[in-house]
Amino acid sequence: MESNALIAAREMKEHVQPQVNKERAIKLYWKQKYFFFMLIPVIAYYLIFHYAPLYGIVIAFQNYYPLKGVSGSEWVGLEHFKELFTGLYFLPVLKNTLIISTYKLIFGFPAPIILCLILNEVRLVFFKKAVQTITYLPHFISWVILGGIVIEFLSPTRGLINAIIMEFGHKPILFVTDEAYFRSILVLSSIWKEVGWSTIIYLAAITSVDPELYDAADMDGAGRLRKIWSITMPSIMPVVTIMFIFAVGGIINDDFDQIYNLLNASVLSVGDVISTYTYQIGLVKGDYSFATTVGLFKNIIAFILILLTNYVAKKTNDYSLW
Amino acid sequence: MTDQRKKKKRTFEDIFVDTIVYTTLILLSVLTIIPFMQVVTVSMSPTEVVSSYGFHLIPLKFDWDGYRKILAYQQIWIGYQNTIIRVILGILVSMTFMILAAYPLSKKNLVHRKFWTIFMVFTMFFSGGLIPTYLIVKGVGLYNSVWALVLPVAINTFTMLIIRNYFMSLPEEIQESARIDGANEFIILTRIILPISIPILATVGLWTMVYHWNEWFNAMIYLKDSKKAVLQLVLRKIMFEGSEPQAVEAANTIYANTDTMKMAALMVSLIPLLVVYPFLQKYFVKGVMIGSLKG
Repeated sequence: MESNALIAAREMKEHVQPQVNKERAIKLYWKQKYFFFMLIPVIAYYLIFHYAPLYGIVIAFQNYYPLKGVSGSEWVGLEHFKELFTGLYFLPVLKNTLIISTYKLIFGFPAPIILCLILNEVRLVFFKKAVQTITYLPHFISWVILGGIVIEFLSPTRGLINAIIMEFGHKPILFVTDEAYFRSILVLSSIWKEVGWSTIIYLAAITSVDPELYDAADMDGAGRLRKIWSITMPSIMPVVTIMFIFAVGGIINDDFDQIYNLLNASVLSVGDVISTYTYQIGLVKGDYSFATTVGLFKNIIAFILILLTNYVAKKTNDYSLW
Repeated sequence: MTDQRKKKKRTFEDIFVDTIVYTTLILLSVLTIIPFMQVVTVSMSPTEVVSSYGFHLIPLKFDWDGYRKILAYQQIWIGYQNTIIRVILGILVSMTFMILAAYPLSKKNLVHRKFWTIFMVFTMFFSGGLIPTYLIVKGVGLYNSVWALVLPVAINTFTMLIIRNYFMSLPEEIQESARIDGANEFIILTRIILPISIPILATVGLWTMVYHWNEWFNAMIYLKDSKKAVLQLVLRKIMFEGSEPQAVEAANTIYANTDTMKMAALMVSLIPLLVVYPFLQKYFVKGVMIGSLKG
């Protein structure tokens, strides 16, 4: 969820604490010992499950051999990176990731904004609630189930779309196994899953609009469209900007859950992305080092994107990470 | 004011906007629901209807064979049981860890608060990635145990910060007077803070529940023993690996309708969610509203 980054950004710049000297610090720590008793398991958790894997990245520069461990494995420097850029498989996978993410950004990003503007025009409370309840639903269902539903819905014999196609006398299309349709299926099904839920953050932004603004606009004779354009839209614009910046920053991240559950052998050439590739290389084929290199490459790109995102966010908004 | 608005004549623009708004929303709702309806229908239809061409939204004939076969499939029940155990453990572990992190961080006077906050928030941006995490989980001996599904994801930093923000919004006075009366922080946390934080804790608890109910990837990579498989994993096997449940093969039902069975399997894992969802929906939303409004 993009708002993760939002929250994090806010955290990073909050509360600069005054410098405390060592002796006073120890005294203060003792005074607050209960807080630190609470924090000990938490800190241990972060060290083991978040910081230790960070150290594990070094195996990207080794020929890691599980029995020898990190200390015993042979160092190979940047060899795996060379393999990455000269190998046959990685660049197409990177390309797939970027294409799919870009499509999702272009079509998936505006969708909840438009839906939010439409929802905001509904005056019948029960109707609005009903639509929200329905459109939030797929958000809570795993891609294992949704993948099965999507495949069933697009089935050549029973699916609605193919029923319509056949009604017009055409041959049914094998959507899920057709390279020409696979990416569209990814984009549309991810919109189907998340569009309702993603409206929440924009609807929250609208609730902070002063209702008097609408009343004043009424007085001035503004119509519905005019009020959408001049009051509602500007009120969600700051959130839209931030969400967009972070969405661009997250473009290297593909949705493993979705893609893995829809991917099949016939669409591998257009649908294999970094995360599915990493899984295949690392955990199926057991090449830990190369898979870590792929992951590290992705993390580096993601980091550069965060820096860029931060720069742009700083220029356009209050939000910046540092 | 409101009287005036009610009396105001609906203009052409009002009608135009309303038409578009209601049409779009009805269409969208229908489009969201139809794929689910199809699954329901296929799951309860007899073989001859399912295998013939054509889209059916409403079942023409009823046949519970798919459900019968799925419910007789042992692995489904093992999956259910493991998922329930996992969800309960997951909620207990996650809530404990997240509360233990959120409460000290919510105190403005915590020593080196900024450092500890960044220590945790940092991990939202940088991670070791799949393989190093996998090796650590294996390395600390969690492999092939339900704890591998629970401990590594104990704290969702984003969710923890939402809890912390909620704690920060609580009044200090009662806590202060308890402190003067000699209560230590554990007592304040459990006797004062937690009881008044039930709305947010319930929301976060529901999120955690949904996460653990749906999560399958960790289960796929960390659990090798099929006796430990969770429901989603069993479902994946039935859905995607094309392998028919052995129970069916053993029963020698050559005319077994795999599609009907698959859809019945989907329904079996969907039903609990569909039953509770309408009642719990508003609680799911609460935390997001709290989290996003602060921005």
